[in-house]
Formats: sequence, C-alpha cells, structure tokens
Amino acid sequence: MSHTHSEPNQVLSVQDLSIDFVTDSGPVPAVRGVDFSVQPGEILAIVGESGSGKSVTARTALGIMAENGAARGAVYLKGQDMLHASGAQLRRARGRDVSMVFQEPSTALNPVYTVGWQIMEGIRAHNKIGRRQAKARAVEAMRQVGIPDPERRVDYYPHQFSGGQKQRVVIAAALALRPSLIVADEPTTALDVTVQAEILQLLRQVREELGTAIVIITHNMGVVADIADRVIVMNQGLVIEQAKALDLFENPQQDYTRSLLEAVPHLGRSSASKDLESRAHAEKPVLVEARDLSVHYPGRLGAPGFTAVNGVSLEIHAGEVYGLVGESGSGKTTIGRTIAGLNRMTGGSLRVLDYEMADFRERSFKPLREQIGFVFQDPAASFNPQLTIGQCVAEPLNVHRSLGPRETRARVGGLLESVQLPAGYAERYPHELSGGQRQRASLARALALEPKLLIADEPTSALDVSVQAKVLELFLELQQQLGFAALFISHDLAVVDMLASWVGVLLRGELVEEGLGSRVLSAPQHPYTQRLIASLPVPDPREQAKRRALIEQLNLAQ
Amino acid sequence: MSTITVTEIKAHAPWWLRLPVISHLRMSSGLQRGMLIAGLVLSLLLVFTALLAPVIAPFDFAQNRDASGAFPRQSAPDDKFIWGTTVSGYDVFSRTLYGAQTAVWVIIAAVVMSIFLGVFLGLVSGYLGGWFDRVMVVLNDAIYAFPSLLLAIVMSIVISQGQSSLFGGIMAAAVSITVVFIPQYYRVVRAEVIRLKAEPFVESAQVIGASSWRVMGTHLLRNATRTLPLIFTLNASEALLTLAGLGFLGFGIEPTAASEWGFDLNRAMSDATGGIWWTGLFPGLAIVLTVLGLTLVGESMNDLNDPRLRRISRKKAKRMIQKGAAA
Repeated sequence: MSHTHSEPNQVLSVQDLSIDFVTDSGPVPAVRGVDFSVQPGEILAIVGESGSGKSVTARTALGIMAENGAARGAVYLKGQDMLHASGAQLRRARGRDVSMVFQEPSTALNPVYTVGWQIMEGIRAHNKIGRRQAKARAVEAMRQVGIPDPERRVDYYPHQFSGGQKQRVVIAAALALRPSLIVADEPTTALDVTVQAEILQLLRQVREELGTAIVIITHNMGVVADIADRVIVMNQGLVIEQAKALDLFENPQQDYTRSLLEAVPHLGRSSASKDLESRAHAEKPVLVEARDLSVHYPGRLGAPGFTAVNGVSLEIHAGEVYGLVGESGSGKTTIGRTIAGLNRMTGGSLRVLDYEMADFRERSFKPLREQIGFVFQDPAASFNPQLTIGQCVAEPLNVHRSLGPRETRARVGGLLESVQLPAGYAERYPHELSGGQRQRASLARALALEPKLLIADEPTSALDVSVQAKVLELFLELQQQLGFAALFISHDLAVVDMLASWVGVLLRGELVEEGLGSRVLSAPQHPYTQRLIASLPVPDPREQAKRRALIEQLNLAQ
Repeated sequence: MSTITVTEIKAHAPWWLRLPVISHLRMSSGLQRGMLIAGLVLSLLLVFTALLAPVIAPFDFAQNRDASGAFPRQSAPDDKFIWGTTVSGYDVFSRTLYGAQTAVWVIIAAVVMSIFLGVFLGLVSGYLGGWFDRVMVVLNDAIYAFPSLLLAIVMSIVISQGQSSLFGGIMAAAVSITVVFIPQYYRVVRAEVIRLKAEPFVESAQVIGASSWRVMGTHLLRNATRTLPLIFTLNASEALLTLAGLGFLGFGIEPTAASEWGFDLNRAMSDATGGIWWTGLFPGLAIVLTVLGLTLVGESMNDLNDPRLRRISRKKAKRMIQKGAAA
C-alpha cells in the first residue's frame, strides 16, 4: 500500500498503524488501523482504559517499540518515517524533534546523578557545547518549568525534590532542546490531585509560550477536560471516536464514549449523604474509637523518625461508612492498617471492637480478627498466585471455622455469587480473572465471616473507571444488605462522596476536617480541603475552566 | 478474545507439561533451545551412564586382574582396554563409567540435604525475623566468607577421619558440600520471603488471622521456591567440581571403594609428563562434559524464566503470527 507523506504543517501524522505483539501464547493485536495527526501547538489527548493500545500508539512517535512488537502502517514525525528510521536517525530525532515525559517521575530520573546532569545529557548529545554552556541551558530549562532557585538546585539529586518537582524536572529535560512535540504518557497519574493541577497548568503554559505540540495519554477524563484541544478515544486497539474536546464531552457520538463518560464519578452527583442533616448512625454503638492516635515510624540510626499519624481522633459507628480522604503520605493507609492490627500504634488510644490496640498482642487480638475484613488496593497482588480463587476465599473459613470440605465449597460458591461472580470461578487462578473480577473476589473474601467492620484501602484505584463504577455499586449494595460498618480509604473525593456519609480529611497525619459528606465536599471549611476539591478535575471542559480560575484565586490567597 | 483462550489452555495444560524443565523446553526457541537441549542430552547421558555402568563396563572399577592374570600398567588404548589402563592397572573406560555413579550419588545427597535445610532455615528466618534471623545471617555469612574447598576439606576430615568406605566417602563429600551450599539456598529463600512478606496476599492472610506456620506453609513456601530448580542445576555442577577437587587433593574416596574422577586425575598427573595422555583425558573430559551439561541446563532455565531474557526466534515469531492470522 502507498502512504502519502505528511503535509508539511503537521508535526505528527499516523497513518493506518497496526501493531502486534508476539508472546508465549501467540501474537496479540495491540493496535488496529489507527489514523490521526497533530498540528503544531496542539494538545491532543488519547484516552482509553488499560490495554486499549494508547501508550504503544503514542510511543511509535519516538520510534519506541518493544522488542517483540511488529508495526505496519506509517508514522511521520515532521515528514520523517519513524517506523523505518535507523538507530542513528532515531537518536537524532529524539530530544530534538520529539521527547517524552513518563508516568512515574521517581523512576524516570536516575538517582545517582544530579538533575542538572540529566537535563544536560540530552543537550550535550545533540550539541557540541561545553559543560558550562550546557549547564547554563539546564538552569534556563529548570527556570522555565518553575523550579525556584534553579542555579543552586541544578546540582541537587532527584531525592531532594518532591514528586511534583521531579515531574517538572522531567518536563524540563524534555523541553531542553525545544522539540516540536512532547509525548506525555500519563504524566499526572502518579501525582496527587493538587500537584496534578500544577503540572497540567505547566503543560498548558509550555504550549502557549513555546508552541510545543503535546500528545497526552491518559485514562482520566477530568485531565482530558482540563487540557485537551482534541481527543481520541481508543478501545481494544481501535480508534472509537475523534473529536474536539468540547464536542466530545457535550455531544459524544459513540456508545463507548458515552458509557466511559457516565462511569466517571462526579462529586455531588449521587452523594451518599444527600438527604442527611446529621450523622445517621450517631446512636449506634461505636466500633472504632481513636483518641489522639499517633503512629510514629522510627528513623534509621541517627536519622529522625517519621510521624505518619499525629493526634487523630475519630469514631466509626456500627453500620456506617466512614470515608477517609487524603493525598499520598497523609497517613490514611496507616490508620486503616493500625485498626486491622497490621501496624503498631505509638501514642494515644485506639479501641477497636472494645479492644485497646495500645496493648496489642496477636494472641489476644486473633479472635477479633474474624469480625474485621480488609480489602487491599491492588487486586492482582492480594491473592496468592499459587492458590485458586476458591481456596483464597475459603482461607478465612479454614482459619476460623472448622467446616467440612463440602460445606466450605458451598459457602465459597454462595460468597462468589453474592459478589456477582459465577460459582465456577472458584476453580480459576487469580491471574485468569480481570482486575474488577479479582477485586470482587477480594470483597467476597473480606466478607466471608460476616464481619462487623470492613476496611477498604483504595479498593478501586487500580481499576479502570467503567470497572470501578461496577465495583463501587456492588460495594454499596452489599453494605446496605449486610449492614457492616466500613472505613473507606481513598484519594478520590468523588468516590468517597458516593459511598461514605461521614467524611474525614487528612493532611500530613492530622485530621483537618470531619463532617457529613455532602457538607464537607460542597462547603469545605479548611483551606486545604478547599484546594483539594478545587484541584479535582471534572469531566466537563466548561466547568473545569471555572475551577481553574478558582485554583488560581486560592493560590493567590496563599 | 483469542488471548484469553490461549492463556486458559496454558494454565490447564496437563501437569507434566508444567514441570520445570519440560515447560522451559516448550517455551524456548532458536539458540536458547539448542543450549537447553545440549545441556539436557549431556545431563541425561550422565544419568544413564550411572544407571547402566555395571552393564556397559567390561570390568569392575577396582579390578586390576582377571582370569588371564594381572592387567598391564599404563598400557595404551587397545582392543581389550579401549581407553587404556592406569598406573595401578585399572581399566580407564570402566573407571570413567563407574565414576558417573559416584558423581550422581554425591550430587543427589549434597543437593537434597542442603535444599531441605536451606529452604527451611530461609523460610523461618526470613518470615519471623528477630534475633534468630540476625544470628543465622551472621552464621551464613561466615560460612560464605570461608573458601569452600578448604571448608570441604575440614569437613571431610572431621566426618570420615581419613577413612573412606564407599558410603563414608560419599557422605563425607556430600555433607561437606552441603555445609557449603546451605547458605546459598538460605540466602535465596530468605531474600524472596522478605520480599513476599510485604505483598498484600501475605498481609491478607495475616488480617484473616492465619498462624505463622500457616502463612509460611501455604502462602510463602510455594512462592519463594520458584527459582530453586535453577539453583539446583547450577549447584549440582558445583557439587561435582567440589567432589573432584576433594578427590584431586586426596581427600576423596579410595580407588577401591568407588571410582572417582578427581582422584583419577590426581593419579594421572605424573603420567601427563611421560606422554601417557589417556589416564587423564577421559576422567577430565567426563568432568568437563558433566559440568557443562548441568550448567547449560541451569543457565538456559535462568534465561527462559525471565521474559526479558527469553528470545523468540524469528522463525518461531513468523510461525506464530501466521498461526494467529489463520485462526
């Protein structure tokens, strides 16, 4: 087949691209007949769920292809065919014409070199210039991405920067040679929402000041609404829809796009505490009571320790869903783990089912364990890969109840059915299930002994939005049916709002705000909560533009 | 989707296709497959030689006379003694064949003993931690720091006190090798257990209230021992080398108790300068081929276990794509 060379004013032109991967179990089609182009200064978002082929597609713009991949079609970067370019041609183009921003800034930077060295590496690979000159350009690049005091910090090592600043450094390195295109692969997924807002702002600013075209790969519809001019929706290697951002959100043409947009949880829509005036379960007995709870991790020899939780007081009543919100490092997971007896507390008092955790002994706490269920974040890692799903779900029954094998099997079948999995799945191994199915099985295991209290630590953050919606729905249904109390830990405010009637906001180990979900999230009192809510991108470009203005106001007020 | 059905088939393959070496053979291709097959052929050759030595060998390993009188000493290969005879009048061919028996016994004894002890200690010390873990780590480091052959010599003197019957000699060699190898299994299993200990599936067993023994037995053991077939093959070759080294230094097994390649090499040392090549060549070759075979199997398994090191040859990739297109 013949391909027309790209028009001169296009930065990137992808024509009829198909990619296959050869694996142990045969070739797997990853991308099928994808066509799109990027104009100078345009921000194009490629959205899709995991496995949709969005990353492999965008990476071909840099000529990056896994060793077992085979591509057909054409990818032209400023007129150069990137699929058939030689190693030397690719090296020349990378950095100068196109560069990349990775998802995880802490692994994209080499920990043993200074950030300045890493920015200079790209500069010196393309220009025969001296060390001093290269360093001056590195400082300039760091200033451009808004790192304060770049002359001094150019000699810092990556660990001396925060996550958001590390991502700024990665962007500075990508910008150092003024490429016409930046491919950003989930650049904000590993970051907290407040930092995410800053990075998106930076990318927008880069486009305006330098006219750089940006291809941003993301699964987050809020990010798309915030930054994109044009959107490509991908599913199973196919382009489902291609439209201007405004058109896509206001008038989606395809069913898939519509279902994707519907699955995104909205703050304030279907809130669990919609019609409530006061705490609904205030009369019920208290299951968990923390008074000035602190958890302190001792440092290594000589180094100061780290206080993960600092004087937190909260109560969880029977039958209530308590939502604990906070960014990474706020101590929300530590609180959940301490209640489950996985961490030791160091100060204050914590009573769990009338057991004082300050005097924790595994032996005396063990009988209480059957009344506490725990759902972990990563469904892939929370099952023993060597056991079948049935054996995993039967674990709590085997430990606490001595039922016969037949009765156990019947119970496991019933549990799986209650989480809407066919009983036949008991014979399967965890890796044969999808992420959502695994998380439902994980819920079945946590509920096997009909616990009074369930601790769910970010149970849906590893899942795609459409899957997340189904799991959350199931969670709500089971909670209403069985009436267990739950501590629901999440960084996603919209998810917490959907499930929890009583919400607590954590900031660096301290509970800064607590109250009825609808009240905390619609009229936040603490400035941090206000910032947190303003930073949460909503899947609506017009609404998002208003929020952006609000963040700027809050930033100015600080 | 085609991918789902393929993984299903793979997971439900009969158990014998999922055994370590066989599954490796099935997923290999190209040069890697060649290496693995060469290694397997050499290793199987060793096993069959050991099993069939009494049938194939024309003489016993300690036989230096027959009905027609004493054997000639250091005689060159001829029709009767196809690989010649040694300085003591033993038939080199027969001794080399019987040497395989000793090698296999020592490998099995040494590796089995060290695997059970090493895995058990690694599991307990990695999971429970505390003072036991610290003491074990120091102890194992101390053994590691010791030159292994020197340690093996000391052990063989302690165990057999210079006497060496067949059983005593084999056990002396095996135990001394065991002591050297325990730290390797201990280290690998302990490191793996410490990594797995932080995995959510272990924590989910803990929050359920499973006892430590249950966690170690059902959740850690099977996940921590995946790399063992690999260490097993690599250690097997090292065990053989240590045995040969012991024999070469004169701490091995007496020639009348069993045939041992290292000891024969030691005896052949003075022959080499006199132009008598056959007494040293064949036991030496036997050692080289056995070690080569076991190492090839181990290294190929190592590469095949890691998907990043696993190569799919162009031919195979083409075949797979064609098959996929047809389906």
